[in-house]
Amino acid sequence: MSKISRSDKLAILADAAKYDASCASSGSVKRNSAKSGGIGSTGGMGICHSYAPDGRCISLLKILMTNYCMFDCLYCINRSSSNVRRAAFTVQEIVDLTLDFYKRNYIEGLFLSSGIIRSPDYTMEQLVEVARRLREVHKFGGYIHLKTIPEADPELLRQAGQYADRLSINIELPDDESIARLAPEKDGKLIRRTMDNLGKKVREAKAERKSSRKAPLFAPGGHSTQMIIGADASDDAKILTTSNGLYGSYGLKRVYYSAFSPIPDASSNLPVQAPPLLREHRLYQADWLLRFYGFSVAEIMEGGSAGQLDLTIDPKLAWALQNRAGFPVNINLADKESLLRIPGLGGKGVGKILQARRFTALRLADLERICQSVKKILPFITTADWHPGKQLDSLNLYDRLKPPPEQLSLFGA
Amino acid sequence: MNMMTAPIQGAYRITLASEVDRDGWRDHARRLLQAGIAPEQVTWTVEGRREAGELDLSPSAIFPEQGSDPIAPPVRISKTLLSLINTALLHSNEDRFDLAYRILYRAQSIPGLHRNPADPDMLKLNRHAKAIRRDIHKMHAFVRFRKIGDSAGREQFVAWFEPDHHITQAVAPFFRNRFTGMDWLIVTPGASIAWDGQKLSVGPGGCKDDVPQEDVIEAEWRTYYANIFNPARVKIGAMKSEMPMKYWKNLPEAELIPSLLEQAGTRVEAMVARGQEDMLFEDRMDKPAANLPTSLDQLYTLLEQQTDAPMEKFSDRLVRGIGPDHADLMIIGEQPGDQEDREGRPFVGPAGQLLDRVFEETGIDRQQTFLTNAVKRFKYTQRGKRRLHETPNVGEINYYRWWIEQEIRLVDPRLVVALGATAARSLTGKPVKISRHRGEILSGADGRSILITVHPSYLLRIPDEQGRQVEYAKFVRDLQLANQFVRQERTSR
Repeated sequence: MSKISRSDKLAILADAAKYDASCASSGSVKRNSAKSGGIGSTGGMGICHSYAPDGRCISLLKILMTNYCMFDCLYCINRSSSNVRRAAFTVQEIVDLTLDFYKRNYIEGLFLSSGIIRSPDYTMEQLVEVARRLREVHKFGGYIHLKTIPEADPELLRQAGQYADRLSINIELPDDESIARLAPEKDGKLIRRTMDNLGKKVREAKAERKSSRKAPLFAPGGHSTQMIIGADASDDAKILTTSNGLYGSYGLKRVYYSAFSPIPDASSNLPVQAPPLLREHRLYQADWLLRFYGFSVAEIMEGGSAGQLDLTIDPKLAWALQNRAGFPVNINLADKESLLRIPGLGGKGVGKILQARRFTALRLADLERICQSVKKILPFITTADWHPGKQLDSLNLYDRLKPPPEQLSLFGA
Repeated sequence: MNMMTAPIQGAYRITLASEVDRDGWRDHARRLLQAGIAPEQVTWTVEGRREAGELDLSPSAIFPEQGSDPIAPPVRISKTLLSLINTALLHSNEDRFDLAYRILYRAQSIPGLHRNPADPDMLKLNRHAKAIRRDIHKMHAFVRFRKIGDSAGREQFVAWFEPDHHITQAVAPFFRNRFTGMDWLIVTPGASIAWDGQKLSVGPGGCKDDVPQEDVIEAEWRTYYANIFNPARVKIGAMKSEMPMKYWKNLPEAELIPSLLEQAGTRVEAMVARGQEDMLFEDRMDKPAANLPTSLDQLYTLLEQQTDAPMEKFSDRLVRGIGPDHADLMIIGEQPGDQEDREGRPFVGPAGQLLDRVFEETGIDRQQTFLTNAVKRFKYTQRGKRRLHETPNVGEINYYRWWIEQEIRLVDPRLVVALGATAARSLTGKPVKISRHRGEILSGADGRSILITVHPSYLLRIPDEQGRQVEYAKFVRDLQLANQFVRQERTSR
């Protein structure tokens, strides 16, 4: 076989990694190189160094170590039965590439994942070695996210947490039955067990750091997971219930939803269609409502039908239209929880309203100055000089509030 | 602007040392405030602005440069407001110093003014501050260093950047803390900042030509950018709002954006179509005909534009099929050879000449037959001046499968003849043993009639004369069958 260049490998192994949704480089400890004299820093907020035409941020060098894989997960482009071109980086190649990119300010750090080669332990060892060399040999202070292999030795997980800012284990699919069917070598129970173990280690390390500044760090950016949407028959209610459980049980930072994309050389057991991007978007909105707006899964699903979210309007508006009796809300008197439930009003807008109304009874003109768009929220609020009248009861409210159809276009410029 | 109006009686004109002279503004503001001077009576400007075309509004009183009234009331300002002003003063808007003083003045009598986001002055100040935070954030993100060499064991990098506001000095500590282990220089139109491992220094502004125009790693960065992009999820609006086009000219990766977008639609359709085709072989379902090429010309043009086609060891030239747009008989070979590649037409080399002889013998009219190849480009190894044919591998054959499928759909023949293992694999998606399947009309996945036989180049390679004659006879028999079948079909319909 002819030797392929680092650039050719990069093309193959970046292409193979693009189906991972996460590119977050935020939420870790603050760190810089002023003392170490090395390269790299992390702030609270990650930096997006570029954007691809798919609208997604490019923050990390997101690659696979190799796309050779022993496993045959049907939704995955790298499954063993797939015909894609294969390549493998050496540990040192990844270290050099990360540093070359970082020094030119292209990236915040590295997100490294891999197909399983030889054995789960062997693969995990290589991933950990990349992180170790970056940190210990090159004094690299940038962000490192390692994708963890649930089947690997827990000791390797411990080592990974010493070097990485974030660890993640993919839950893959919303239920164990789908995992068994589409990812035959994987085991939903084992994934959950490893996730539980990981969550505990993150929590313990955090608690120890509180009592002693010298306590060792363990994945200070927490852990996250990813779920594939649209590869199995799970409905939105099922997906959100699973996410809610994951947030509650394992202390996850994020659940990423990845709409199943048509992949080259797709398995014929999967639906072939454009990825359900809008559905993915609605799930992210619903996920937000779960985490920051005090909604329960059941409340969110009131706005949908037959276990699916409404694709036409956002889930908060859908919920509000089903619960019109609770509106209009008085902007000047309502508590924070009620303000957060107004469709079209976000956390920042609510914060500004709470501040501004200390000075004066808010009128529409005031709201226009501090909110993104007043038009959307008008039917649901009252102010010192505004009452929506009977429009809340009108039957065509849904049609009036839904976005114009061209916004749904996939390739709209 | 209020600078255009004549100064009112007793107005003060303050000239700051530079656009980023925040200390000067603070000193003056404190003394003006202690003297109880209203914002309407003060005009703020910056050294050098007059040269830049600002109207001269003198005479105006110069406010005492030094000292303050010891019994004057202390100036009160909340930490939050001070830090907000400090940020907003970096804005490029010329009346930012006036705005900041007005707010400071009003804050003395309205405690908590800065907490009222609906106040028009505060609104403006907050917008300024937000623009600065965004500008700083974008500078952190979009500076691109280029390596110029090594010195005393330290790598040296230079970057060119064009911020919207006066933020260059403010971002220096960020770059020092991040790139401590290397020497760097960032040049902007207004100022430059540098780090040598010991100290930060500020220098005059420069221009784009002060910075090298290339870095070898940029090719790899572009490779990464092109490959991390998922063509199935184009969202141009989201990209442009976060990475506005004004930054593109200084981002090495941005030059790829137009071509990536152009190809995205076709790449996805090809993936979806390839997937549907895979299913066809198993379920024989009808596929939806959305956005499929409508003519052979369009098909070949589209194929020529594909950037993900296998190119390693392949000639760039795409050899199109030849024959009537709708032919009853379609013959598919393996790939163009050396001569076909040079002439741009299929079956003109030795194998083509052999095929012509068989056509003559069996009565097949070449002019009425559509001839093409399973793989549309010539794969070869260079040996001195000769280009030696190399068999395409499975991945390469598979790449062209969807295109062959479309080609067949457009030509819509009564019979497809596959010459050799590559063409047979291309039609079935599986390895095919030719000796087992030749000599009979098969029914393809979509119900189309297929005949599989050997490739004429196989006949040319048989070393002994006798063997060659036996195989030649079999090949003639296969093509006779093909011709017969097509005639029957023609008359039966």
